[in-house]
Amino acid sequence: MKSMLRVTVNGRVREDAVAENAVLATYLREELGLTGTKRGCDGGECGACTVLVDGEPVLSCITLAHSVAGRAVETIESMARGGRLHRLQKAFHERLGAQCGYCTPGMIMAAEALLRRIPDPDERQIREALAGNLCRCTGYVKIVESVRAAAAGEALA
Amino acid sequence: MSAPEDRTRPEARIGRRQPLIDGVDKVTGRARYTADLPVEGAWVGRLLRSSISHGRIVSVDTTAAREVPGVIAVITGQDCPFSYGVLPIAMNEYPLARDRVRYRGEPVAAVAAEDEASAQAALAAIRIEYEPLPAYFKAKKAMAPKAVLLHEDAPGNIVRSVDNDFGDVEAGFELADLVRERTFHYGEAQHAQMELNAAIAEFDPERGHVTVQSTTQVPYYLHLMLARCLDMDPSRVRVVKPFIGGGFGARVEVLNFELVCALLAKAAQGRVRMVLTREETFLTHRGRPETDVRMKLGMTRDGRLTACDCEVLQRGGAYSGYGIITILYSGALLHALYTLPAVRYKGLRVYTNTPPCGAMRGHGTVDVRGAFEALLDEMADELGIDSIDLRRRNLLAAPAVTPNGLRVESYGLPQCLDWVEQASGWRERRGRLPRGRGLGIGCSHFVSGASKPIHRTGEPHAVVILKVGFDAAVTILTGAAEIGQGSSTVVAQTVAEVLGLDYDRLRVVASDSAVTPKDNGSYSSRVTLMVGNAALDAARRLRDVLASATARKLDLPVGEIQCMGEWYGVNDSAGQGLTFNEAVAAALEDAGELTVKGTFTCPKEYQGGKHRGGAVGGTMGFSYAANVVEVSVDEITGRVRVEKVWAALDCGRALNPLAVEGQAQGAAWMGLGQALYEEGRYQDNTPFAVNLIDYRVPTALDSPEIEVGIIESIDPNGPFGAKEASEGGVAGMLPAIADAIADAVGVRLSEMPITPERLAAALDRQAAEHARAAPATSGEEVS
Repeated sequence: MKSMLRVTVNGRVREDAVAENAVLATYLREELGLTGTKRGCDGGECGACTVLVDGEPVLSCITLAHSVAGRAVETIESMARGGRLHRLQKAFHERLGAQCGYCTPGMIMAAEALLRRIPDPDERQIREALAGNLCRCTGYVKIVESVRAAAAGEALA
Repeated sequence: MSAPEDRTRPEARIGRRQPLIDGVDKVTGRARYTADLPVEGAWVGRLLRSSISHGRIVSVDTTAAREVPGVIAVITGQDCPFSYGVLPIAMNEYPLARDRVRYRGEPVAAVAAEDEASAQAALAAIRIEYEPLPAYFKAKKAMAPKAVLLHEDAPGNIVRSVDNDFGDVEAGFELADLVRERTFHYGEAQHAQMELNAAIAEFDPERGHVTVQSTTQVPYYLHLMLARCLDMDPSRVRVVKPFIGGGFGARVEVLNFELVCALLAKAAQGRVRMVLTREETFLTHRGRPETDVRMKLGMTRDGRLTACDCEVLQRGGAYSGYGIITILYSGALLHALYTLPAVRYKGLRVYTNTPPCGAMRGHGTVDVRGAFEALLDEMADELGIDSIDLRRRNLLAAPAVTPNGLRVESYGLPQCLDWVEQASGWRERRGRLPRGRGLGIGCSHFVSGASKPIHRTGEPHAVVILKVGFDAAVTILTGAAEIGQGSSTVVAQTVAEVLGLDYDRLRVVASDSAVTPKDNGSYSSRVTLMVGNAALDAARRLRDVLASATARKLDLPVGEIQCMGEWYGVNDSAGQGLTFNEAVAAALEDAGELTVKGTFTCPKEYQGGKHRGGAVGGTMGFSYAANVVEVSVDEITGRVRVEKVWAALDCGRALNPLAVEGQAQGAAWMGLGQALYEEGRYQDNTPFAVNLIDYRVPTALDSPEIEVGIIESIDPNGPFGAKEASEGGVAGMLPAIADAIADAVGVRLSEMPITPERLAAALDRQAAEHARAAPATSGEEVS
């Protein structure tokens, strides 16, 4: 059964007929083509599908699309503005916070939520904020470095 | 045109911290992985998996399934009579089980349907009758005399038995002042790459062609096996590799789901997309096997190794796959880390009714090296020799040839030891930290590509093609599978370095069999050395072509023309020369579009020993690693926290120190996961750890700072002196953590992962022993 969903996605108000049992990740990926949001597990295990809903990190693979009606969803596709990388994207790129890149969109969205809440987090706060986002390539070292650099506004040394 | 102001070209590309050339695509979410590709009109592909661990398939009834609305195609094992496997000697697997299932979760049938719900309904409607057979979940049970054979051609359920004896082992033990023997147990480990396995196959019924995009590290082998299993000429097959979300060895074999997806597309005469669940991705497996190691070492009282006697038992799972190579690696790489005059190795790989294991980062070497190093650490303590010094007493005198015929050229292990010793404050801190805190060490190594190819076609080991046309862009065509490790970046760096080009002028087109040259794939850490050398060769040839064209254009002897970045000309004050675009235009005259091919072939002397299986371990260059870790132990709960890791890695020349650090950190961290957290478990004979909660991958909170020390032993064979950087640093972490726990609380654990339960039990045993050794009066002792 489909019903109408009114929601703001990456700054644009949308109205779509969406299956009532569809999760947000499916809506974003398959209806809107926003495939930057990844799925890496069978539900709530890995964090790859993290998006922001009203600025809070949410696992879109275990969130019903209709449950975010009337709210603002932000995905990785909204981060670069006017052709310029967001500071987190730039830091993850320059400091190799992304290797295979599969966890990266979710990781960046989780980090963005942290930086909005705590502009200058310490290492412990970064690790806590990202503890629900698994990465298999980096050992998290360069991810934590990337977030710190983005927070500090550091250019690549 | 005259020469630009600055004609000197510094080594601009090599040794620089170079972000990945496809990094922006990844951080913006633009990178398309297999499941992200647009698939207009694709059917949903789904697998039906065996519900039992071992049994004969009596009947498969798909009648009802075919009648489910929305179902397009249903196939079973009867639809593909062709076995597959990358190793020609181990092709005993079928895309869908025929006649027999050998592990719970093995694919037995598949459907293509209009949507997920119809596919699931069809799967539920398939009726399979099994006649159960006894199933074996432990290697020793499967080897029992009366055990039912999983494969009729494997008596005793032995996949491969290896017996190697190099040097005089008995004499070695007689020379020894200290001989110790221990057994070790290592749990099954899995890659747990973040991207789910997925494939998209498109069958063109008019032309009889199939195009497959899949999550593979080995597009070429996939191509071969698609042709075989679909019974098609290879010229009708195209394999394209999209962005890949990690591999670590999970995807170095051709896997059942990608073949089945293509079989479904052929049956449906259209396009099928198959995305596995995380549980299915775990069941596809190919991880590191559960392993038992018996290790015996002999040593003189001054700490020199005299002999090694090692026995290894691996629970291989239901099919061989790369298992034959795994059990050979386990023995072969006992050599080439230290001087070891005599080694006896007995390896047994056993079929069991569990999902098939395969190659995982540090293939075959990790558990055995773990045991070797752990015993070395224990014996060092017993002899009262510092364990770093003990290793120094056993260094190879490189260049060297090992008793099993492996050649070692560059050898940076001594510098790795120096670095970790200094960086970790080992001298001042080892053995001197408060109880509950400790430092430990382990070393390891790995090959930079297997020198003897799996398929002996006589072709070079690697081919790279450069294409240059009217636009003067240089297109690099490579089959090397970029899986996140940076293979496209290393190829681009190499070409940019030789030709002095800006990256903006380069395009890398990788892994599309319609366009790119064959490459064996991303495994055994072969890309940097082999594909890098082929890229080097191609770039030099292109440089020569452009220099010749410049000479012709300017009517100068070619010997006077130098390549100085994007300028070809005479390096004198007159400054005659051509820009890169002009040189390309000159070269295009008469010839048209330029294509230049570079190749690389490993000489025979690097292809290992002459004995049976002796090719395994043979390489052009070994990486070397030393890891020191600092742990804290909670003695109440048995919980271990790794506080810090110092990882020294000899990767030859670090072409891209940023990427080398990333690989070294990832390798050390993966070793940490196996040492403390990760274990493939079975409950009531059902795979249990098939999600990312029960298969416990360390989180950001569990993970320490990992400081990397790059040691650059310039290797004579590597491109610019480079060797591999991603596998050598895994194995040493396991013994290093065990050693650090011993330093912290005085117990040595021989079972991994070292879970809180295992450590707490060991601490309880230690406390009980202390109580026995020191009865009630101990309170009066003055320490």
